[in-house]
Amino acid sequence: MPDPEIKSYEPHHGSRSAAVTESRPARVALMAVAFAFLGIFLVLPLIIVFNEAFAKGIDAYTEALGNPDTRSAIRLTLLVAAISVPLNIVFGISAAWAIAKFEFKGKAFLTTLIDLPFSVSPVISGLVYVLLFGAQGLLGSWLKAHGIVILFAVPGIVLATVFVTFPFVARELIPLMQEQGNGDEEAALSLGANGWQTFWYVTLPNVKWGLLYGVLLCNARAMGEFGAVSVVSGHIRGLTNTMPLHVEILYNEYNAVGAFAVASLLAGLALVTLVLKTLLEMRYGAEIAATRGH
Amino acid sequence: MEVRVANVRKEFERFPALHDVSLDIKSGELIALLGPSGSGKTTLLRLIAGLERPTRGNIFFGDEDASHKSIQERNVGFVFQHYALFRHMTVADNIGFGLKVRHGSSRPPAQEIRRRASELLDLVQLSGLEKRYPAQLSGGQRQRVALARAMAIEPKVLLLDEPFGALDAQVRRELRRWLREIHDATGHTTVFVTHDQEEALELADRVVVMSQGRIEQVGTADDIYDAPNSPFVYGFIGESSSLPVKVENGEIWLADRPIGLAAPPNEPSGEATLYFRPHHVELLDGCSGCIAGTVAASRRVAGTRRVELEIGGERQRVEIELPVDHPAAQKSRVAFRPGRWKLFPPA
Repeated sequence: MPDPEIKSYEPHHGSRSAAVTESRPARVALMAVAFAFLGIFLVLPLIIVFNEAFAKGIDAYTEALGNPDTRSAIRLTLLVAAISVPLNIVFGISAAWAIAKFEFKGKAFLTTLIDLPFSVSPVISGLVYVLLFGAQGLLGSWLKAHGIVILFAVPGIVLATVFVTFPFVARELIPLMQEQGNGDEEAALSLGANGWQTFWYVTLPNVKWGLLYGVLLCNARAMGEFGAVSVVSGHIRGLTNTMPLHVEILYNEYNAVGAFAVASLLAGLALVTLVLKTLLEMRYGAEIAATRGH
Repeated sequence: MEVRVANVRKEFERFPALHDVSLDIKSGELIALLGPSGSGKTTLLRLIAGLERPTRGNIFFGDEDASHKSIQERNVGFVFQHYALFRHMTVADNIGFGLKVRHGSSRPPAQEIRRRASELLDLVQLSGLEKRYPAQLSGGQRQRVALARAMAIEPKVLLLDEPFGALDAQVRRELRRWLREIHDATGHTTVFVTHDQEEALELADRVVVMSQGRIEQVGTADDIYDAPNSPFVYGFIGESSSLPVKVENGEIWLADRPIGLAAPPNEPSGEATLYFRPHHVELLDGCSGCIAGTVAASRRVAGTRRVELEIGGERQRVEIELPVDHPAAQKSRVAFRPGRWKLFPPA
């Protein structure tokens, strides 16, 4: 029988022991590398964007943004986000619900499929739409016969954006819903709630912060997407140019102020997203699937 | 409400979780489903609730076949092991949820729902906590709220899945007594699942002992404890000792000596296993027809002394319990005969 007087000595968890920490110069060097990297690759470009945008003064900046083609690009980008983000919310919640709460055949396959847009180059996803809907494409002649225009028009841009962004909401919600399990839903059903009431009063409130987080990331990507949209848009000024495409066109025309003015808006969006993301993580970190960073 | 489980079988992806289980629950009864993990007790509870559908067999609520009714239609109050309180709702909103989701004229006005919630909070002795959120409550308080929430819909049957499983021992004992009081006051037919035999025997009118998807025995605490009807129940409920014996000429033999017990009339001759409780023993002085053994170890356990005996040449060990001050505890050899016992086929 073990003697109760003998206490076992376990290392203290949580506090770092001296053995794992580095010497002071090593720590300083590591931090310096990290900060230098961030400075050169993130902060410096950001400064340059704003610097170039305002290079010829505030008047030139507002004039550049007032250009009709630029305004149309901004409108189109907002429109694309306004369509693709809600679609994403519907798809993301449905997919996450199906994967987290049910057992069915092909579940692993569906989970892998959701990640596909992350693993494939956006240009390829754009090309797929060209092959599908283009004049020589699979559905091209049928679409033409029925007078439906998808490629080089707004529908194509929306489709490409939806494809590129559809993992965002689903991937936030799946681990969160899996972790929460079915207990709350079963409780609601046992109390007489129907499926819709259960979803509305119980499931959705349980995932709301995770959902908001996913929507935020999805929105940032929807507005910033270049590759896939570039392939299907046709770059028609004032019609099918989104903000990222418009930046490229202006830059290629040596209109630095115009290009960087639009770019500054996108950079501003990125900063706002970053701040909101950080706030959400700080406040609701535990409720957001922290296991998965972006 | 009477509940009748008739020949229910449940398979999960071809693996049977329950084999042909039948059980009659009387109206107003407090029943415990007791068994080790994997015995099918929670599955049986979920089948009664309607959270699972039986593969075969039927479940009756009164005279009505409820087997194909959904959980909403069955009107049962279900209390989950981990409470499953809605974390974004206050205590009052949690309790009122079942009334709020009702449709049309069956939904009481908001004020009435609030009044019901306060009333139930009084019943579970948590008056004044209406505005708290689940995260601001202790485990025991949360379980009380969960029970109040289940009772708010005026269920026909109250079902509790390991209701005290996640609480510490002190709170558990307290809530046990309290649940019995609530049951006596409200008279709900109540079924609860537990793996804690003390809880089951102390709290329930009848205990259903389950093992490997089958019901081993159903009975009152006295039935189960004093007359176990299988080696499993002997081993699972309370302490038990067993010895391999032989039945010959209507007598029970240990090795080559009779132990002074007559075998039951219909017992076939041959090998058998003798089961008895360590405290159901009669100590003897001499030994003509008894079990005698050398004391191998002696331990003080609460109010009694537990003695481990080495029996005969085959070195079988059994445990018996003696009063603390009994002189036999000082000896090196002890002779005894089981008072209550039962024979089962050899293990």
